[in-house]
Amino acid sequence: MKINQLKQVETLDEAYRLLNEDRRNVVIAGGAWLKMSSRTVETGIDLSNLSLDYIEETPEALRIGSMTTLRQLETHAGVRALYKGMLSTSISQIMGVGLRNLVTIGGSIIGKYGFSDVLPALLAMETSLVFHSQGEIPLEDFLESKGRINDVLVSINIRKKKGVGYFKKVKQTALAFATLNIAVSRSEGLYKIAIGSRPSVATLAREAMEEVNLAESVDDETIARAAEHATSLKFSSNPSASEDYRAILARVYTGRGLKEVRDCED
Amino acid sequence: MKISLTLNNRPKTFDVAPDEYLVDTLRRYGYTSVRRGCDTTSCGVCTLLVDDKPVPSCAFLSARADGARLTTVEGIPETASKLAEHFGERGADQCGFCNPGIALAVHSMEQSGMPADDATIDHYLVGNLCRCTGYQSQREAIKAYLGDKK
Repeated sequence: MKINQLKQVETLDEAYRLLNEDRRNVVIAGGAWLKMSSRTVETGIDLSNLSLDYIEETPEALRIGSMTTLRQLETHAGVRALYKGMLSTSISQIMGVGLRNLVTIGGSIIGKYGFSDVLPALLAMETSLVFHSQGEIPLEDFLESKGRINDVLVSINIRKKKGVGYFKKVKQTALAFATLNIAVSRSEGLYKIAIGSRPSVATLAREAMEEVNLAESVDDETIARAAEHATSLKFSSNPSASEDYRAILARVYTGRGLKEVRDCED
Repeated sequence: MKISLTLNNRPKTFDVAPDEYLVDTLRRYGYTSVRRGCDTTSCGVCTLLVDDKPVPSCAFLSARADGARLTTVEGIPETASKLAEHFGERGADQCGFCNPGIALAVHSMEQSGMPADDATIDHYLVGNLCRCTGYQSQREAIKAYLGDKK
């Protein structure tokens, strides 16, 4: 990415105004993927002076500033305690510690990257995004939205609930992007299943979730039916794996994840 | 634009472009122990400590380092020297290209007070690639180094 000028903004209002005054202006998060883009940016809007790298914990929620690094999240006691550490587990498998010191949670979300390992884990919890102008919206609504984002992500809220979680990243080598990633959670008797790297962006496997959440008992037969439903999501082929292989992985790991969270004590 | 920072405990001022990365700035000013490898955050040879945290300098915008404390391998002479001895004893390096990045990562791991077991070393250093050694001898050398420091 070619950046003609970099503006280290002093307020969120300034960032929002710059973002909306020229379509060639973009917000710079951690910056890890800037080199992957060949576009020219008129003004890179740098949020790093806004003190948005924080994790605040209340009895009800974790409030995470959008410039918080993945490493901060990975090592935070409150995050590690949430859903048996599902989010920190997902982060710990992303490249090395150095990159995780650079990549921000906000950039990981705003990019809607298909390969993202954090998105399935965030989807399998109760996560909302707080934008400067638009206010708070559920993560799943944001991921399903289309078009340019004309707002500045301020924080990410994760509702603290008693629950258990499972995260699996299927990959070919230690540093590779996921061939498929999946997060499964159980909280207050309800199951959530999120599948990413399809290779498109992570989504909830709603039919599979319905199968387990409406069942009288979550026995192995119910789980097998739910796992089969997971294959009805849209999968595609790329050099990492074929569409059919991804569907098989989704079925297998949905089943394993559901069994693990079913049998795990809260 | 001009940035002022501390590099290996010395104040420095550099002229940088808005889209310039630290690996390019430091090498341009002669700090060539910061190696250029994959240039896409995958290999770890460009590792640098920014405010004591290891980061891939190939993706760290130089403008963001204004006011920061940077450390290259020259800024950790004791770690670099002792680690080199252990690497030498165990045949843990061949071309040496990855060594500065690994030394900085090990130094950071040591400062974090993490246990010196295989799993922790593997987890902490997975982003520092070496195409010569196969990692076993490096792991043994790092364990020996961290063991010496106890």
